[in-house]
Amino acid sequence: MAGFNYIPHTDADVRAMLERIGVRQVEDLYADVPKEFIKKEPYDLPDAMSEGEVREWFESLSGMNAKMKVFVGAGAYDHYTPAVIPYITSRSEFLTAYTPYQCEISQGTLRYIFEFQSMVCELTGMDISNASLYDGPTAAAEAMKMSVACTKKKTRVLLSKGLLPNVIAVVETYARFHGVEIGYVPVMNGQTCPNCLKAELAKGDVAGVIVPEINRYGIIEDHSGFAETIHGAKALLVEYCDPSALAVVKTPAEWGADIAVGDGQSLGIPLCYGGPYVGFMAVKKDYMRKMPGRIVGQTSDKEGRRAYVLTLQAREQHIKREKATSNICSNESLMALWVTVYLSLMGPEGLREVNRLSYDGAHYLHDQLMATGRFTEVFPGKPFLKEFVLQPKEAAGLLQDRLEKAGFFAALETEEGYVSFCVTEKRTRAEIDELVKIVKEG
Amino acid sequence: MSKIIEGLKYSESHEWVKVEGGIAVIGVTDYAQAEMGDITYVDAPEVDDEVEAGEEFGALESVKASSDLISPVSGKVVEVNEELEDAPEKVNEDAFENWIIKVEMSDPSELDALMDAAGYKNHIGE
Amino acid sequence: MKYYDKLIFELSQKGRVGYSLPVNRFPSAPELPEELRRGTSPELPEVSEVDVVRHYTNLSQMNFGVDTGFYPLGSCTMKYNPKINEEVAALPGFNGLHPLMPAGLVKGALKVYQEMDKALSAITGMAAFTFAPCAGAHGELTGLMIMRQYHMNRGDLKRTKVIVPDSAHGTNPASAAVCGLEVVEVKSLENGRINVEALQALLDDTVAGIMMTNPNTLGLFETQIKEIAERVHAVGGLLYYDGANMNPLMGVVRPGDMGFDIMHLNLHKTFSTPHGGGGPGSGPVGVAAHLVDCLPKIQVSGFHGNFGVILRAYAYILMLGKQNLKKVGQYSVLSANYIKECLKDAYKLPIEGVCKHEFVFDGLVNDGGHDDVHGATTLDVAKRLLDFGFHAPTIYFPLLFHQALMIEPTETESKETIDAFIDVMHKIAAEAAEDPAILQNAPHNAPISRPDETQAARNPILKYKDAR
Repeated sequence: MAGFNYIPHTDADVRAMLERIGVRQVEDLYADVPKEFIKKEPYDLPDAMSEGEVREWFESLSGMNAKMKVFVGAGAYDHYTPAVIPYITSRSEFLTAYTPYQCEISQGTLRYIFEFQSMVCELTGMDISNASLYDGPTAAAEAMKMSVACTKKKTRVLLSKGLLPNVIAVVETYARFHGVEIGYVPVMNGQTCPNCLKAELAKGDVAGVIVPEINRYGIIEDHSGFAETIHGAKALLVEYCDPSALAVVKTPAEWGADIAVGDGQSLGIPLCYGGPYVGFMAVKKDYMRKMPGRIVGQTSDKEGRRAYVLTLQAREQHIKREKATSNICSNESLMALWVTVYLSLMGPEGLREVNRLSYDGAHYLHDQLMATGRFTEVFPGKPFLKEFVLQPKEAAGLLQDRLEKAGFFAALETEEGYVSFCVTEKRTRAEIDELVKIVKEG
Repeated sequence: MSKIIEGLKYSESHEWVKVEGGIAVIGVTDYAQAEMGDITYVDAPEVDDEVEAGEEFGALESVKASSDLISPVSGKVVEVNEELEDAPEKVNEDAFENWIIKVEMSDPSELDALMDAAGYKNHIGE
Repeated sequence: MKYYDKLIFELSQKGRVGYSLPVNRFPSAPELPEELRRGTSPELPEVSEVDVVRHYTNLSQMNFGVDTGFYPLGSCTMKYNPKINEEVAALPGFNGLHPLMPAGLVKGALKVYQEMDKALSAITGMAAFTFAPCAGAHGELTGLMIMRQYHMNRGDLKRTKVIVPDSAHGTNPASAAVCGLEVVEVKSLENGRINVEALQALLDDTVAGIMMTNPNTLGLFETQIKEIAERVHAVGGLLYYDGANMNPLMGVVRPGDMGFDIMHLNLHKTFSTPHGGGGPGSGPVGVAAHLVDCLPKIQVSGFHGNFGVILRAYAYILMLGKQNLKKVGQYSVLSANYIKECLKDAYKLPIEGVCKHEFVFDGLVNDGGHDDVHGATTLDVAKRLLDFGFHAPTIYFPLLFHQALMIEPTETESKETIDAFIDVMHKIAAEAAEDPAILQNAPHNAPISRPDETQAARNPILKYKDAR
């Protein structure tokens, strides 16, 4: 039989092993499987390819995708990835390791997770971070469950309608099955409405409220008074945030949040059609033991050397089983490394610069688009960072088609019929001028 | 052999109760702390929480395990041993000295269902 | 591996940078209002590019991966991660795709999903897959949501229980609880299989379904699977297949043919994508034809799941093709049985007979304990293995045995590697009998010795600022 590069067994190996086991052929090792379940017909799969054929096939698939200049955000941001990151994350000692159960030979993983936790705390201002979660929307769903667990006996969680649609959808899915009732706080004048929040809280039974620091219209929300109102109702304030923006905008801790969640994708992770990304969660110290997910802590080994371990494990599924705070049993470790290397390279100054470039670029695009006379303002004067919405005077679809033909993915339509634009530091002035020209030409 | 104190009441799930008037002082037995090993956290309820006989009111945690605390009596928590929050190892040092909660009993007759020292000794097979 | 003691924060020098950003050519927009700006600067490291590269290279050298050596971690399927997977997943034509791009701009990506759906359905006997779940536990949760949705769609609202064997992984009951289901445990027989009579006693019209792995967590095939499926289906329940143990069935048996209605696969186990130190994984969920309608109502992640991981698994499937699929299953089983037979003289084998891709020992035959000398435990064996350049097996799982030591070699290890592992395991057993302290003080030559985990849990130091 022809050899296969991932399986080293030679015919002689197989014979020797079978002999040691005391069976005649490999099939005998399945003698305990009822015969009717042993598949007899060939599998309906393609023929095996050589490595070169696989490479060519993927190149052709990759070529079937369009190469676009991305002017859309909505939860996935086209920020710059420093060359160092993929170089480090593809080191096989990181890439091919399992969860760091054997801490003595996993200090590399454990140390970068400790650094990741420290950096998330710096960005959010919160006390404690976990080792990461799947993505932003699932982190919000975990925060929903955690609010209920922390406040006992309460069964409602409020969502701002200003959250991204996919965050709302995922939280709703989890809530529906977990037995949590979801209430909604509408957006008025481009921001989660404080009076509506009070009215919803007054109905009682609210365990937590999830609000966006920067909402789905790109507006930086003012959450003055939210924490007081929410804590007054003995509920938790959960801030959903863009960690990149946290270098410049008010932190969840400054707003008085109990839990901060979000997606780390904006910290240099490629768009990659939606994943892998990395969710994060950071909390006030009081809630440390209710937080889901892995946590790494510092201790010392027998010689007194600094050492890192997975800790506070009594919260987790492998010990608590059905009583665990969550069913999660991993993190998005390699993506946490990605983010940690990114933040190390960027530092506070680089991150501020990224925001400045995005901010100035977005405002430039906004003003140029308004100057075309083809849009009206939806939320005039509301502060935004890198993303904003406008009301087009033409059908959104026509505008999108025109932009698409010129290689722009832009003007994403919202459910209200607005179009949204996003500018990161990767977008040049020349690209923006070209986009505006195409808008005008319609 | 684990320490057992005469005059206390014991539950099958290894909690002890010391009755002080209408108040039940509740902790875990020496046997229980030894079984757990190094206790890293005592998850206790808050003052004014209601507890129910036979229902869990908290947990003891070690590095690799978590063990529910089951209330031997029903009533309202009137005091929580806050020392244990920062020093859970005290339970390992002396499980009888370091009580966990005090409960104002709503039905003292529930005490009758508990074991005495001899019964508990038998229960743990010593 | 050598000890390296820095944290990136400790390399920081004010004014040093590690980034390269374009010159700002835009007019300066007016500043954000004061009340929306953060008060203090985040204390992130300020380091040069070379500092970053050296720091993380040094950290990596304290880590053990599949590329470092044999990783017989039971129930984790630590097979070799092919490098072509990495190459194709990094192609810019995939990496630059925004997840909200319309279908016309992402034809290649959609083709990958279609082909993966077909391939996984062919391999498992399911009708369709969703790729949204990001990990195995996430797949379980999604699968249980589908199970509940199916019953709800039929107006059958009283099905609130899910049956889980006592040998199940902790995520099974935890996922069920997150999904709002009540967990009922079914006991195993002496031979490690589900007790069908005990199962029958639990079956009624409140049962939503049963979660199983097959082979189970002991690596044993559930020989009565046909009867189990018939009985669960007879009361209107569904069968969930936890794909954690799919590897030995690759190319030989399909969960769909055994009567399973819903299942998840771990692409990071069975389909060779790297574990990445604990993620990202991918846990696609497959369903039988009668459940396909339930799929779209359930959104469990932000976009389309971990596309980057799915690309890698697709490359692996194309390399395997129909010709090599069976070798995966068969040789994973061959290698496991070979190790079991070679080591059962020195380690207690609680259940005799043929295993599948993994098996469980219950500690040493002779742990060296006598009088006042404590014998060597499974933990000690695991730590001693590290000294010899092997990763440890899974320990203290499943919970059925006190000294569980669970070994899964996978099909990608050569006989020489396996023989070297067997030799070391025998050497360790001999050491234990002679002087268990050698094991109890292990590892002796890892970057660190055993850390104080009690201290870590009692006084948690969880970030750099708390450590200073």
